[in-house]
Amino acid sequence: MSEELPAWSLSAEAVESIALPEEWPGQVTREWAWGGATGAGARVCVLDSGIETDHPLVGDVQKSVAISIEGDEVLVEDNDSAGDLCGHGTACAGVIRSLAPDCELVSVRVLGAGYTGSGAVLLEGLRWAIEQGYDVINMSLSTTKQKFASLLHELADTAYFRRTMLVASAHNMPVESYPWRFSSVISVGSHEQEDPFEYYYNPDPPVEFFARGVDVEVAWNGGGRLVCTGNSFATPHIAGIAALVLSKHPELTPFQLKSVLYLTATNVGGAK
Amino acid sequence: MSDELRAAVAAGVLGSEDQYRALLQSIVDVARAIFKAKASSILLLDEEADELVFEAAADEASEALIGKRFPSSTGIAGFVLVSRQPLVIEDVLTDPRFSRETAESTGFVPKGLMAVPLLHEERVLGVLEVLDRPQDTKFTLAEMGLLGLFANQAAIALDLLQRARLAQAALKGEGDLGVVARVAESLERLRDEEDGSRETALRLLAELEKLL
Repeated sequence: MSEELPAWSLSAEAVESIALPEEWPGQVTREWAWGGATGAGARVCVLDSGIETDHPLVGDVQKSVAISIEGDEVLVEDNDSAGDLCGHGTACAGVIRSLAPDCELVSVRVLGAGYTGSGAVLLEGLRWAIEQGYDVINMSLSTTKQKFASLLHELADTAYFRRTMLVASAHNMPVESYPWRFSSVISVGSHEQEDPFEYYYNPDPPVEFFARGVDVEVAWNGGGRLVCTGNSFATPHIAGIAALVLSKHPELTPFQLKSVLYLTATNVGGAK
Repeated sequence: MSDELRAAVAAGVLGSEDQYRALLQSIVDVARAIFKAKASSILLLDEEADELVFEAAADEASEALIGKRFPSSTGIAGFVLVSRQPLVIEDVLTDPRFSRETAESTGFVPKGLMAVPLLHEERVLGVLEVLDRPQDTKFTLAEMGLLGLFANQAAIALDLLQRARLAQAALKGEGDLGVVARVAESLERLRDEEDGSRETALRLLAELEKLL
């Protein structure tokens, strides 16, 4: 993956050149952050089990890709017609769509080839998604394999510097899993409230935000709906809100986006 | 392997599979009781076959379930296994692709399902499922925490069971570690040889040990 050269230093005459395009208000409110936004223009990728394309709660899916590995070769199926092999990806996509109805949705399927090799496929799927420059990547899954941790860490940092916000489900069990533990991603756990716009900043990381994740009615395969619980479903809530913010303020870097989410969190400024 | 060594290892291993199985059974029995659920089961991942195998089940049809196998990416248990994420679903019957065939072949089609991955260090050993908790109570994060605690216990028990099986396979000369047993056996046979082959083999093994 090629990198643009970063600005390593700031000369006196260059100060003007990095004047931020965004005028920040004295107080960042939800109205400022996403008032009037529909998600239009924001490109959201769901790295999961696929998305059922004609689901009424999901609507149009702009692209469906499937990642697999044969031997040493990574295969990218550009027009994946397998749909959703489980229902989970459709559920995540439906949550994002409900919050950001006009965002672009892309499915990158990294599940379905059985357990063996699933870590490597996850990694390659993430690599591919970052190369495409999506604004938000929803990852309601993780790996526990240590051998993938450093590679995932590099990818998460690459995404962060390329203005791609990774939103990843935290684990609610005492195990080391990735990529949610990395500080360059937004990690999400669940709260028990019903308001999809209710989210809390956690001052005690690694879990950074809590969003709606209990008894969530979600889209499922076959045009169906299910009531589900899990951090898997809290994550697309934050991804959807991130898409809203980015559709109104596309210049925001992941650092700035995280700051906006912090300032508008229910327990910070969002309840006002 | 010398008879003495074989006996010593056997003493540690024989019977332990039954004990670990009993431990798994007790975990699903308690999980079922605590959640007031209709059933609970533990599925072990057989990595070689890429399949999930029922190892323990607490419900009416429990005996028949043990040993049944399914592809590791089948249904919700398969998703939980691969994604490492626990999942609670309140009404799986509205999901047409929920592995109904799988469920029906087990003789039990659940209405609701809690599934949690069994993680031990960096490995996923299997999945713990609790089926049909009472629908009239709202699911809470406290229950999710409880499910995680059961999962930890089940993961440790599954790990012990797998180790016992590996040791048993080694005793029988099967599996990856079977070669160790066969080498030990050959060394015993060479004990009376005077051509130095036993010494050479031992030197090689010492080097191998260093390498490992």
